[in-house]
Formats: sequence, structure tokens, C-alpha cells
Amino acid sequence: MAENLIKPENLVYEKTNAMTDRVLHYCPGCGHGTAHRMLAEAIEELEIQGETIGIAPVGCSVLAYYYFDVDMTEAAHGRAPAVATGIKRVMPEKYVFTYQGDGDLAAIGTAETIHACNRGENFLIVFINNGIYGMTGGQMAPTTLENMKSTTSPRGRDIKTMGSPLKISELVAELPGTYYVARHSVHTPANVRKTKRAFKKAFQYQKDNKGTCLIEVVSNCPSNWKMTPVESNKWMEENMFPYYPLGDIKVPQ
Amino acid sequence: MAKKGDVVIQIEKCKGCEICLASCPQSVLGMSDKVNSKGFKYAVKVNSACTGCANCAVICPDAAITVYREK
Amino acid sequence: MKELRLMKGNEAFAEAAIRAGTDAYFGYPITPQSEVIEYLMAQNPEERTGMAVLQAESEIAAINMIYGAAGCGKKAMTSSSSPGISLKQEGLSYIAGAELPCVVLNVVRGGPGLGTIQPSQSDYFQAVKGGGHGDYKLIVLAPATVQETVDFVKLAFDLAFKYRNPVMILSDGIIGQMMEKVELFEQIPRSDEEYDWATQGKKPGKDHTIITSLQLKPEEQEKVNLRLQAKYREVEKNEVLYESYNTEDADYLFVAFGSCGRITQKAMEMARKKGYKVGQIRPKTLYPFPVEVINKLSDQVKGILTVEMNAGQMVEDVRLAVDGKTPVEYFGRYGGMIPSPDEILNAFEQKFIGGK
Repeated sequence: MAENLIKPENLVYEKTNAMTDRVLHYCPGCGHGTAHRMLAEAIEELEIQGETIGIAPVGCSVLAYYYFDVDMTEAAHGRAPAVATGIKRVMPEKYVFTYQGDGDLAAIGTAETIHACNRGENFLIVFINNGIYGMTGGQMAPTTLENMKSTTSPRGRDIKTMGSPLKISELVAELPGTYYVARHSVHTPANVRKTKRAFKKAFQYQKDNKGTCLIEVVSNCPSNWKMTPVESNKWMEENMFPYYPLGDIKVPQ
Repeated sequence: MAKKGDVVIQIEKCKGCEICLASCPQSVLGMSDKVNSKGFKYAVKVNSACTGCANCAVICPDAAITVYREK
Repeated sequence: MKELRLMKGNEAFAEAAIRAGTDAYFGYPITPQSEVIEYLMAQNPEERTGMAVLQAESEIAAINMIYGAAGCGKKAMTSSSSPGISLKQEGLSYIAGAELPCVVLNVVRGGPGLGTIQPSQSDYFQAVKGGGHGDYKLIVLAPATVQETVDFVKLAFDLAFKYRNPVMILSDGIIGQMMEKVELFEQIPRSDEEYDWATQGKKPGKDHTIITSLQLKPEEQEKVNLRLQAKYREVEKNEVLYESYNTEDADYLFVAFGSCGRITQKAMEMARKKGYKVGQIRPKTLYPFPVEVINKLSDQVKGILTVEMNAGQMVEDVRLAVDGKTPVEYFGRYGGMIPSPDEILNAFEQKFIGGK
């Protein structure tokens, strides 16, 4: 043994150049970082870094604009699809994506989400669904599961008074404007690789002017679920996936 | 025989989430006794069974791992 | 070539928008300004100049589309009327905070609430004091004629890009709905200019561009505010516009803006006929407000009357400008009612001459 493998010619995996070198502010084990990296890798591999404009949301990923090494705009809470519409309509040749959490996209921004999808706006919506408001400290999200506890549903989400968890991806898949809607995760290496393939497909469809693509990433929130990262991924598999099943929801005909 | 691989972990980027440990098919990774400047224990190699499959780096939320593999 | 036409205020605004080389208009219908988007759609500006026009799902979406397009360094504009402008306040605060240029037309109607569809000036405070959350200012232009509405479109974009700040054209239901002769300026080509502050795609070897109004560290956010305040002082120094009438020998001064300024002008002429030496200032910029000229004239006149189609809003800025040097009174009608020259003259006589 003793042979030193750490040399440039042996390199098989390193951080993508489409991400900056800033240390991510996310909690340990949070799926945001991995989802960021897959999106950035998709951008780098498609060689569209200089042609891409991203929109960050309000929520835990509010500072996403520091991490993607592409031109970025920070939107008001829920308004990213409207901001993206404004960008895409004046720069139709650019690749545009929004990166939004469940509160941003499926609560306060529901109108913007649905209408952008309904118009078939030609951009990618990345939707991170971890069933909770992370940034504000663990309040109930539109996607919080039935009986799941949060700081604003301390006895668990009561369907009768708080409504059911919203399957927004299935909802927008019904709209003629959406071209490709899929649900993925970033909790195992295989799932991470699938998620990246979905992002790449979505950008390709954007290039071909096909309409709105929405990729949901079911993710974890170890801090607010009050679990270790490894436990949170297991809990996600056992509780989130049955309600939010992974896979394609709408694929090109 | 599987090719040999190696990993470089950026200690200051690691937040000790241990997801890489759970993703390594060769159980190459463990946690440090020491902590980094942010107070996190960080992932370390505990043996030389690495095959350079890059699973740990692919799953790492903090892009803290670089992977090498013999040609 | 310059062109003379008889046009409704809202339609003239829309025509001026196309001719100003606007890249994008996003709006939502609301009375009394829906003719703006109707005219734009009818004109098919995508074909005429390549300008994007889209009916958004709400005023909130529209202003955020403006935010996106403005962030790309493009000329972006929206229009609405009072209740819709209230919905846009969040977006305007973000645009001001991120220091982006845009133009917003408010064809004011009476409030509060759903109010009335009749003309009003009751959004004065909202327009000149910021309107949304945080310390910021819009540059506010107040046209009194359809012609000024047209001319202010060009001026508004010039100011918006000069200061990277949202500019509001504060019109009202009279000017929006009224038909007047208007001279249209020649088509200005749309621009492809690149700006280092705009998200137009990361250039090789350059840092990526970030547009945000967020600074988590208070010392950084204070710096942002200091920069904004310095900018507003520049605006106050450089951009004040007003019209003055008969001020040279004036014993009394009327101050009124927009359509109300025209009505007040008639009242001034009637007062002159009765032997009262009345002059008038009609602010064309409401922010920056013509503080200096009003302050100067307050040394000369025995009293100032503001006339407004609201419950007395601009009067506060006039009092600040006068700084106690001369009495300042207010007269107005509101809720969609328009004051008549007779009413104004009567109010003037009662307040200053010792009326009946």
C-alpha cells in the first residue's frame, strides 16, 4: 500500500465549480446543501453557468444566493415564481430556476406557483419539502403530515381544524402548463444521483421551451424534527415517503 | 479486486452530521475525537478500505469531501 | 416624428410606455386604469418593439415580475389604482431596498378600503413617505395633464435608472380618464445595455451578481440605509420640479398638485379678478418636494392655502417647508369628490380675508 492516491489525475469527485466556496449556513445533515450541490452540478455539467439566473426564497434557503455561483436574485416570501416570470420574459434565452421551500411555495406563494405553472412559464421550480418551517423555528407548514408535531401544532396536525398536508406537485401536474413534475430525495447516494438527473432533464426541457418543470425534493429537518440527521432520514423514509411518494408525477408524453 | 480510493475531508466544512458514515459501503469513515473550530466533531478515515466510490462525497450536505481513485 | 393625437390619459400613458422603449409591463386590471393594459394588449407591443406585456394573477405578482425584470437591467413598469397599489407595497419596498429601477403608475381613486372608483389624491402619504416597510423613498411625479403623463414616462425611466430607484407617477382618475390633445415623442429603441448590478448571466472571470435587500448584520443593514439616505439627499438636491404662477407679487399662495392643481389655477385667476394677489405653486415632483421655493415664498406671503383631493396630506409637507413663518391652511374634498374653483375661492376668503 502506502501509495499516495491524492493527486489530480486520480480525482473522481470534488465540489462543483458552480458553487462558491462559502461554508453553508445550514444545520448539520440538512438536505438543502445536497440539493444545492446537485442543482449546481447539473448547471456545471450542462455548461450553462453563465446563462443561468436563480431566485432564492424566504426561509432557510434565503441565503442560497451566496452558494450558487450564478447570478441570483432574492425574492420576497412566496414570490419567486413571479420574479422568475419577470426575468424569463425579458431574458427568454437564459436558464431560470427558483429554489423554494414548502412554506414559501405552497403557503404564501401558492397563487404565484399555480399561475406560473398554469402559464407554462419556461423555468424550473425546485421545491424543497421538509414538512416544516425551518427558519422561523419549526412551525407547521402546508405540507406538515397529519398528527405531526410542530410549534404551532404542538398536539400534532389536526386535519379537522388545520387542513390536510398539501400535495402541491400533484396539483400543478394537473395543469396543462407543466411539462415535467417529479418528486425526489437526497437522503441516499442513489437518490442524490437521481435528483441530479431530474434537474438536468428539466434544464434540457427549458432549453427546448417546453414549459414549467417542477422538481420536488422531499427533505429532512433534523433540527426542528428534533432528531439526529441519520434518524431524520430514516423517519423521512418511514413517514414522509408514504404520503409523498418518490418518482415521476408527470412526464412528457 | 476493487480499485483503491482515498478521501480528503475538509475539517472546517464538516458539521459532523454522520450521513457519510451511513452511506459508505466499506465503513471507511468514523468520527473524530477532536472538534473543529465550530465545535463539531468531524468525519475521519478509520481504515484504508476506501474504493473511491464517492458515495460519501455525493451525499455530503456541505461539499466537504473530495474523492480520489487509482487509475 | 412627433405626433399629435387626442387621447385618454391611460391610453396615452400606455402609448408613451411603448415609445419609451419599455422592455416589460406587468399589470392587473383595476378601475380607473385598466385601459393601460387593454391598450398595450391591443397594440401588440411584442410585435411593435419586442416589449413583453403580461396580465399577472395579482398586483402582488405583477410588482414581483417587475422586480425580476428590473433586476435584469431592463425597463420595467406596472400600473394600478389605489387598492392595487397597496398590494404592491411589499414589492416596492424590496425594489427600493435592492436599489432597482422601475416605473409605477398610480391612477388614484378614493379610499379607504375599496372606496370609490372616482378620482382622489388620498394616496399622497403612501406615495411620498415610502408606503411599505422600512426607510425608503419613491421618486414621485405628479402630472396635471395628459401631456405631462406622457412626458413623465420618459422622465421617470431616466430618474429610475439614474438613481436605481422606483419612480411613481401619481396620477388620478381625472387625468387617467380624460381625453386631451397630446404630442407623442418619437419611438426610443429598447436598450441592450449591460449593468454590473444586473442579473444578466455571470460573466467569465467576474463575480456572480446578487440582488438582495437582506443584510443579517445590523451594521451592514445600517450601511445600506446610509447609502439610501445619501441617495435621497442627492435626489432632493437635484430633481425638484414645480410650476409657479403669479408668485412675483403674491400676497397669498395656493399650493396644489395634479388635476387639483389645474382646478386651483382657475380659482387663483378668479381671486385675482376680485383683487386678491394670489400666486400658486404646483409641485410636479411630490418627492422630492419643492421645499425651498415654498419656504422662500413664505417670507413674502400672508398665508398659504393647500388644495387637495384628500383630507389634508400635502399640507403637512407645506407646513414643514414653511416652518411656521406664515399661516398654512388646507381646503379639500375627498372620497372621490372634486373641488370646484368657487369652493376653493370661498375657502380662501373665509380662511384669509375674513369671509362671510
